[in-house]
Amino acid sequence: MRAERRFNVSGVGLFAALLLLWEIYSRAAGIQDYLPPPSAALKALVEPSVARALLGHLAGTLGRFAGGYFLAAALAVGAGVVLGYSRFAYSVSEVIIELLRPMPSVAIIPVAILCLGIGDAMMIAVTVYAAAWPILLNTIDGVRNLDRTLIDTGRTFGLGRLKILWQVALPAAAPYIATGLRVSLPIALILVTTSEMVAGADGLGYFILDEERSLRPANMYAGIVVVALLGYALNRLFLLVEARALAWKRGLQTRGEA
Amino acid sequence: MPLLEVDALCKSYDGSAGAATLAIENISFSIERSEFVALVGPSGCGKTTLLMCIAGLVAPSGGRVAVKAKQVDRPPPDLVLVFQEYNRSLFAWRTVLGNVLFGLEAKGRSGKPAEERARRLLGLVGLEGFERHYPWQLSGGMQQRVAIARALAYEPEVLLMDEPFGSVDAMTRLELEDALLGIWKELGTTILLVTHDIEEAIYLSDRVHVLARRPSRVVETVAVPLARPRNQVGTRAEPGFMELRNRIYRRIADAG
Amino acid sequence: MKTSKINGVLALAAVLAAWETIARAGLVNPLLFPAMSRILGSFAALLASGEIPGQVARSMERAAAGYFLAAAVCIPLGVAMGLSGRVSRALEVVVETLRPIPPPVVIPVAMLFLGIGDWMKIFVIFFSCAWPILLNTIDGVRNIDRLLVDTARTFGLARGKTILKVVLPAAAPQIMTGLRISLSITLILVVISEMIGSTDGIGYFILNAQRRLKVDQMYAGMIALALLGYFLNQAFLVISKRLLHGR
Repeated sequence: MRAERRFNVSGVGLFAALLLLWEIYSRAAGIQDYLPPPSAALKALVEPSVARALLGHLAGTLGRFAGGYFLAAALAVGAGVVLGYSRFAYSVSEVIIELLRPMPSVAIIPVAILCLGIGDAMMIAVTVYAAAWPILLNTIDGVRNLDRTLIDTGRTFGLGRLKILWQVALPAAAPYIATGLRVSLPIALILVTTSEMVAGADGLGYFILDEERSLRPANMYAGIVVVALLGYALNRLFLLVEARALAWKRGLQTRGEA
Repeated sequence: MPLLEVDALCKSYDGSAGAATLAIENISFSIERSEFVALVGPSGCGKTTLLMCIAGLVAPSGGRVAVKAKQVDRPPPDLVLVFQEYNRSLFAWRTVLGNVLFGLEAKGRSGKPAEERARRLLGLVGLEGFERHYPWQLSGGMQQRVAIARALAYEPEVLLMDEPFGSVDAMTRLELEDALLGIWKELGTTILLVTHDIEEAIYLSDRVHVLARRPSRVVETVAVPLARPRNQVGTRAEPGFMELRNRIYRRIADAG
Repeated sequence: MKTSKINGVLALAAVLAAWETIARAGLVNPLLFPAMSRILGSFAALLASGEIPGQVARSMERAAAGYFLAAAVCIPLGVAMGLSGRVSRALEVVVETLRPIPPPVVIPVAMLFLGIGDWMKIFVIFFSCAWPILLNTIDGVRNIDRLLVDTARTFGLARGKTILKVVLPAAAPQIMTGLRISLSITLILVVISEMIGSTDGIGYFILNAQRRLKVDQMYAGMIALALLGYFLNQAFLVISKRLLHGR
């Protein structure tokens, strides 16, 4: 393994060069209205009124994201375990699942608006629907693929069905569930920002669109920077938690299992 | 009253073409408390199926199994099965100590005393110092020892073992055989062990039931009157040992 | 399993029947949940009149343009980054900075430059598809057995030929994975971009139907979208099998 901790000179260099080009071109061509220089975007970020507004919108987006994501996780893991465990439940729902799967989750937004109006409830509902799918499918996969020997081990030690589920099935399926949770993280963020753009009155998605419409592109870019940082931070946070919770998995992976 | 009783046990599976395959055909034997009994037979003769039926994990098609005179229709509380595929049976998400603790937790024990007992059992199987390791960090033989310690933690009256030393190298195998005998002597557990290794069966047990090729049935019961304590050099050199071995070998070869 | 399929179909029929009866009995707001028969009727009518096929076609034009553009740019780029550590390190920072941006958020930027025409959507789809295709291509190329490349060199193959005849086929399964992931992303983003800034396309159609309270048309549009997603997936599987010869 090369020393990857070495500072990436060419990478940062290229990035900085591009930013510089952007800055120069924007000023020189006098198109600040379309393409403000990066410096303007940065200035907007630290300008108190904009910063305050951004913080408020960030809180809104983050709140809706958390509500949608965790609710989706709770519902989808629960349903996934049931569908994975019970052959009957799975056979009953399989056809319906295969019919709903191909439809992009965003198509549910108009229905949600119809039923729930244009408030937080709609946005969270849409997020739950979209984020639930990867978690559900991966959980079903994980539970269905459980090694029979593990279950039999629980049974030979006299454990009842519920205890086996909690002490054996769930830990064994955890890597699969984690994959689903990881995949749906960006999906939840996408749905929150999208619903904010389509029918919101607050949140980073709404802010970005609104600033674009009001022809304040510098603020728009500032908003994009915040959203990108949010996405990045959430991802890193997830990886940290996952590494802790699944510390035992490290060795199995190197042996090509799971 | 025998501790474990197997009476006219049969098991057949539905074949893919509709025809049923008979895995076990009318097996009967019984085991008294603290006996060490071995089942020997060629690979694929249904030994695992037999153990699964006795352990209450699979329902027989006919006949019955009784532990302490109570019929077995689900995993009985006084009995534990140690699986052949230990790497699929150990819990990857628990440490070695955690796996052994599972056996205690299943019996409702927890806390400091449970942990003490778990450590002692690990010592008994020769795995002190490995408590904080994860199963994947251990060799095959060590993993199997964890599985055995876990089963012992449950304090079963009957211990069923399915080819416990099948996947380890010859040297480790002999070590584990002696370790098992030591544990058996100390704890007095009743053990039923399944193996395809004739010499292992003779070395370990008081009595060997010889099974035929599928469908399984007991073609002969051989008593092992060799002196205890057994040891790898002396016992195997006894003329009686070779006689028993040849007798069983011929029996299996004849039964085909 | 025959029985499991039957169970599933029965369950579906039960749900549809329940929907129909509940709707007809007037137990739910007909504005929110019109009878399934009405929805299906709407769907058939819109199909026959060419409205749905037309909207779907418009969406597909943009989707295809963005998707194939992304493939055309990102596969070669991914090969370059996978083969050359220097190229990879140089572009790394830019890629890792742009990647966490949730694609919908790019729509207003695109709108600023490209209005609400086709090019806005093509650009947004290009931006969203780029990352899965790029990263999977890089991965696929990096994971090629060194031996294969050395074999090519033993036969005296030049760089270009090696890439074409050895690297690409060897990395193909992983590249296909990236293309498959991007397919669903494409569909999602074309719908989103049409909901936010468009005057046609299936995404616009569904949202517009909701705004005009033509609820049965809205559901019909969703059915069309589900069918579209299904057929695209199947088509991809067939093509993928052919190209990979069952690998």
